[in-house]
Amino acid sequence: MSRSVSIIDYGSNNLYSISHALEVNGANVKFARTPEEIRQADRLVIPGVGAFPEGKQNLVDNGMFDELLAYAEKERPLLGICLGMQLLATRSFEFGNTTGLNLIPGQVEIIPDKAVDGARLKRPHIGWAKIYLIQNTSCGSTIFTGVPIGSEFYMIHSFHVVPENKIHLLAVAKYGGHNLTAAIQSGYVMGCQFHPEKSGECGIQVLNQFLNL
Amino acid sequence: MQTRLIPRLDIKSNNLIKGVHLEGLRVIGDPRVYARQYYANGADEILYVDAVASLYGRNTLHDLIRDTAKNVFVPMTVAGGIRSVEDVREVLYAGADKIGINTAAIKRPLLIKEVALKFGSQCMVLSIEAKRTSSKSWEAYTDSGRERTGKDVVEWAQTGVELGAGEILLTSIDQEGTRKGFDIELVRAVTSVVDVPVISSGGMGTVEHLLQVVKYGQTDGVAIADLLHYDRMTLKEIRELALMGGLELRKI
Repeated sequence: MSRSVSIIDYGSNNLYSISHALEVNGANVKFARTPEEIRQADRLVIPGVGAFPEGKQNLVDNGMFDELLAYAEKERPLLGICLGMQLLATRSFEFGNTTGLNLIPGQVEIIPDKAVDGARLKRPHIGWAKIYLIQNTSCGSTIFTGVPIGSEFYMIHSFHVVPENKIHLLAVAKYGGHNLTAAIQSGYVMGCQFHPEKSGECGIQVLNQFLNL
Repeated sequence: MQTRLIPRLDIKSNNLIKGVHLEGLRVIGDPRVYARQYYANGADEILYVDAVASLYGRNTLHDLIRDTAKNVFVPMTVAGGIRSVEDVREVLYAGADKIGINTAAIKRPLLIKEVALKFGSQCMVLSIEAKRTSSKSWEAYTDSGRERTGKDVVEWAQTGVELGAGEILLTSIDQEGTRKGFDIELVRAVTSVVDVPVISSGGMGTVEHLLQVVKYGQTDGVAIADLLHYDRMTLKEIRELALMGGLELRKI
């Protein structure tokens, strides 16, 4: 199975880190800047930092939105990171109400600003969080296969995806006693709210796992 | 909540430097080497500050950022000389994750909003240099602590967050380089008026200082320079002692 992967370039900032983190895993990294390049990809990563409406608009303006839907139908691996993960959902309430790719049904909602005991929670949520895998036998191999239990990953976000169907919830992180969605999966479509390219060695391992799928 | 340990590297002409009270600079070595070492020792993030950006009128760390991003896989914040949305784009493109803005934001506060809208609030760190003016007030400074602004730090922090800053980097000019502890009242004054994470910079000498600024200052992370660059303590030691002291930190 080839270790070739394309990273969508839709104007979403730091591509250097994610491409490098994939390369250290021996991946052959390309950038997909046109619909054609998406069509030809063996494996796709949607990176992304910033606001949902702008991110979605950039995908549409680049002709990538529909092409991503077509790609997903071919059941080839697709990993959305941070905003990239949120774009997989049905809609987001960041700065209004914007529809997403709807590849994993669910809504993007703002994270809580109070802990379960009423204490203030800072927002954005910035820091390292331990990931708790939700037992999900329908997934088989996931991006966490082989990653040590208790591994912590770097998160920086004010919104998170709440999947409509709990079977798509792959992992959560705890914040003030709440469960924040850390990863989702539906078949070959996956998303992680954390930044594997910024989560040290276990993040590199997660990307390695993605390249194995 | 969790505390982050963030080595702070001030850069001049590709050298890691260190100063006391933001004057009297001393060259320490190659920042790439230090950044890699700190990463290996468990840095939660890396903070690069371009210390002479005001002389060149821009941030000049792009090559350093790119080199660092090659083998340091934790988030990088870059500050110093960032004046426009285009500057931000270039720095992010080079491999940074967050940018810190001080001078340019004070001169034109709307820049904060522009950056937040374009790149997201979480990327827009408001960098504030604070000097105490009374027992309960501080004034904001720019240009590495050289220029007064007449702005009240607490009010400015609030304004910055309202405009879209997702995090605050709060440096105490009084405590910087002294290793005598943080200005905890300063930190508390700011954390009590904003709900975004606040990183405290300036004064860390012992782990006890860290425990105090977290417990009483309610800070979310500390930027450490002197203690690390002069090899007085390692990140591993700081982390272990802080965990033993009851703080919540990433366990490595």
